Amino acid sequence: MDKQARIRSIIRQVSKKQVEVAPDESLFDSGLLDSFALPDVVSAIEREFGVSIPDTDLNPRKFDSIERIEAYLETR
Amino acid sequence: MAFIQSFGAALPPRIVTNQELAEMVGKTPEWIRNVSGIEERRWAHDGASVIDLAADAALNALARAGRKASEIGILLVSSGTWERQFPGPAAQVAARLGLEEVPALDIPVASAGGLFALVTGSELTRSYGPALVVASELMSRVARRALGESGTSVLFGDGAGACVLDPERGVARVVGHRLASDGTFAGDLALGFEQPLSMNGRSVILQASRKIPRVIRQVLERWSLRPADMAAFLMHQANQNLIDRIADALEVDRGLFFSNIRHYGNTSSASLLIAASEWADQGGFEKGQRVCMAAFGAGFHWGAALLEGC
Repeated sequence: MDKQARIRSIIRQVSKKQVEVAPDESLFDSGLLDSFALPDVVSAIEREFGVSIPDTDLNPRKFDSIERIEAYLETR
Repeated sequence: MAFIQSFGAALPPRIVTNQELAEMVGKTPEWIRNVSGIEERRWAHDGASVIDLAADAALNALARAGRKASEIGILLVSSGTWERQFPGPAAQVAARLGLEEVPALDIPVASAGGLFALVTGSELTRSYGPALVVASELMSRVARRALGESGTSVLFGDGAGACVLDPERGVARVVGHRLASDGTFAGDLALGFEQPLSMNGRSVILQASRKIPRVIRQVLERWSLRPADMAAFLMHQANQNLIDRIADALEVDRGLFFSNIRHYGNTSSASLLIAASEWADQGGFEKGQRVCMAAFGAGFHWGAALLEGC
């Protein structure tokens, strides 16, 4: 499974919704995630990709879309 | 070592319900309750001041401790809604209480201020004797600057909390604590003079959801304790959904987290001590039982403290 598909799977699990979003579409503005779901997304990303995300990287904009999450993971 | 002798609180009598506020902000009462757990909050009258509420809470805590203000060796006052750049409110609260030549220290760190003041006071009792800690906020003044423009304005209320600390005796011992600060995202929760509150809710929730459970575990692990060993958790009352999230992260029953946010909203630095005061009224400390306090707020500043009933 490619990285975007793995991120998409995480979003589905956390949101408990099967709604499809475009890779560049905001996960929040689309209504898929709310503020309280974001910590769960970050924790799930850490587990799925085996990374530890420092608090200083926890800018919500980095996790606003599938493309942005993928771009952040490319820097790790 | 320091001991807690009593908590106290002061709340304005005027109750502002979600129904009343919803009409002002263009939301429904149910929306407010769902996003925050808040059903009502207190708003002080226009002539009230941070000093008034602080003095009332302080006198309440002193009475519960059976102590006179003249016995206090140091005063610490936390407020993020004081109207003047300097001097802060501490010296005036001291004057109102009749304290003479007692150091009066301001702790202007917003929502974590109650905890920061309590922990700092617990360390200073060894040098100065009994400490009086007060946190007093008029958050309605802030909320009313942006009514109808910001969903955050429904979250806040007014109130003050207090605590008397003693170096030798009390109802609970301050066993240990850890305070921390990180200015990386300082702009994500900030209040300028006469400005509306600036809050990036996603950032605040994300940071708080990570930092609060971590600091609680750090304090408890130092004493070889687990979250499940706590008899109660007393938290800054920011949002019921956040409090529940912290309980889930620590894998403890949500009912262990005392909550009164539905009645008072978020009273910033005052909320922890108001909650502690109400919790104490409902039974409070029992000998040998451990209680964990925690708070998180603008800065970001956060921390936790471990208490044990005597």
